[in-house]
Amino acid sequence: MDELVLMKGNEAVGEAAIRAGCRFFFGYPITPQNEIPEYMSRRLPEVGGVFVQAESELAAINMVYGCAAAGARAMTSSSSPGISLKQEGISYLCGSELPALIVNMIRGGPGLGTIQPAQSDYFQAVKGGGHGDYRVLVYGPASVQEMVDLTYLAVGRADHYRNPVLVLGDGILGQMMEPVRFPAAVDPAGLPEKPWATNGRRGGPKRLLNSLYLEPEKCEDHNRELQAKYCEMAATEKRWETVATEDAELVVVAYGTTARICRTGLEGLRERGVPVGLFRPISLWPFPDEALDALIEGGKVRSLLAVEMSAGQMVEDVRLAARGRVPVHFYGRAGGMVPQPEEIQEHVRALLEGGAANAGGL
Amino acid sequence: MRVAFERPSALADIPTHYCPGCTHGIAHRLVAETLEELKVFDRAVGIAPVGCSVLAYNYFDCDMVQAAHGRAPAVATGLKRARPDAVVFTYQGDGDLASIGMAELVHAAARGECITVVFINNAIYGMTGGQMAPTTLLGQHTSTSPAGREPGREGFPIRVCELLERVRGVAYLARIPLTSPANVARARSSVRKAFQTQLEGKGFALVELLSSCPTGWGMPPREALRWVDEVMTEYYPPGEFRTEPGDPGGGPAGKRGSQP
Ligand SMILES: Cc1ncc(C[n+]2csc(CCOP(=O)(O)OP(=O)(O)O)c2C)c(N)n1
Ligand code: SF4
Repeated sequence: MDELVLMKGNEAVGEAAIRAGCRFFFGYPITPQNEIPEYMSRRLPEVGGVFVQAESELAAINMVYGCAAAGARAMTSSSSPGISLKQEGISYLCGSELPALIVNMIRGGPGLGTIQPAQSDYFQAVKGGGHGDYRVLVYGPASVQEMVDLTYLAVGRADHYRNPVLVLGDGILGQMMEPVRFPAAVDPAGLPEKPWATNGRRGGPKRLLNSLYLEPEKCEDHNRELQAKYCEMAATEKRWETVATEDAELVVVAYGTTARICRTGLEGLRERGVPVGLFRPISLWPFPDEALDALIEGGKVRSLLAVEMSAGQMVEDVRLAARGRVPVHFYGRAGGMVPQPEEIQEHVRALLEGGAANAGGL
Repeated sequence: MRVAFERPSALADIPTHYCPGCTHGIAHRLVAETLEELKVFDRAVGIAPVGCSVLAYNYFDCDMVQAAHGRAPAVATGLKRARPDAVVFTYQGDGDLASIGMAELVHAAARGECITVVFINNAIYGMTGGQMAPTTLLGQHTSTSPAGREPGREGFPIRVCELLERVRGVAYLARIPLTSPANVARARSSVRKAFQTQLEGKGFALVELLSSCPTGWGMPPREALRWVDEVMTEYYPPGEFRTEPGDPGGGPAGKRGSQP
């Protein structure tokens, strides 16, 4: 472990990827994540890596596809409109089973939206923004340190599963500075060989990386294999955090930046004896439904409140996990607006007093 | 007994799905022979397009990657940047390369990526059933230009070599019709030069092969070849456009300066 350093979220993501052995970055500028490509253009040549500013996000994700095909650890980053363009490539990466790190510092939408932070790309990230039956691991960090740790983890998980992994941040996480400690650096030269990588046969058998299966039987077999992999991810990759949920009657469910704001709000309420807790999904796909389920089965929780910087996306997964046993309320701000701890306190209080039955922020 | 004609070992020993009279087969052969002659088969990686030649990934016996429609030059860029010692080529049709993939093509060229692009211009979308391509000629009837391509309605066909000719980063650029033994011999020499350009690290290389699509054009194979020679070459003049890297110069016609 290194020293504690003060670093901007966007730069820390880049450094974490490099520490994880990633030496290739392909991207296209977009606010609020420009510090990632800027950092990588400076830093990668120092470690023998390659930075390419692509002509578009479409090109960038396809460069990642080619680079991953060669067996290298590769990444791209963008923000919402750019991630929409990357969906084609993400679907192909999944279809051809190629690893990649993709970072989305979400901004408000739809369309060009705003450059302010949001969480409105949750559906796109966890439900499959591109075509076909595929899944990507999605992490939702809530601090710069956690973004570093999850980015580092993501690079390894991507190789492990031969599947892209998405780190979902937002404009706040990307722009804020916090002290971070970086994990030990991985030497890419020491990583295990990838026998499937297309580097030229060099005396060996022919390798093919492909997502086309013209015969439907074969395409279904391919899909079965992919689904088996996604089932394994769903069984082993769930991550979450709980705060003061043991005796909580109302549990707020929030991830990323919003979870942090909620935590501040809930601490204030706890000091005044209000029985509230926080459930924070860290893996957004797979969603940590069993943990939430166990919380509800504990019998103390009377209702859930999902809080998001969106018009209500993650709340659908919360409802699925709750299976109608307790009411699930929603509070959201959208379009780049960030909820304040006081808003959350007021909303929780109103709910506990039986007032706002299902009054969302929108 | 002397062997006069053989399947290049860089091509897999399997039947292809191409229609009778289609020149995709000749183009495959030229690429395969070149990989052998230059002794680079073992470090070659091909990028297959989306189009009739998508299954090129089965026919070429080297390592192969299938790319999304039009993105082959971007995929090749990522691969070549990760493995500069690999010999990377894309094989693309006109819809793949000059329509949906135009941005990826021009930018790979402008970055001077050391890759080889084999461009099959058959003036039509073969795979999807004969729709208009960016290279469909004026007056040409296709299933989406049923009245014949008319500039006021469908715009003008794109001349890829003429477009790339002035892009700095391009080191080799040629257009050859795949119509007669003499032309195929010329095409072989151009394909070879396009791979040599990559091996010498000179920059981006592209060979445009004027090809026939008897099925898409609704012509018997021989007539289709004649149409390439007599009609296509009028609008797409064959020849070498660039043989060396360097600045092709800019500015208005007649005043173009060219510096090395
Ligand atoms: C994103 C996307 N759009 C459209 C298609 C459908 N499609 C498949 S092949 C093709 C045209 C290919 O034509 P060309 O590149 O000229 O190759 P040819 O078949 O003539 O060899 C199209 C439009 C696709 N596969 N993907
Ligand atoms: S449709 Fe045209 S390009 Fe495709 S295989 Fe048949 S002849 Fe060749």
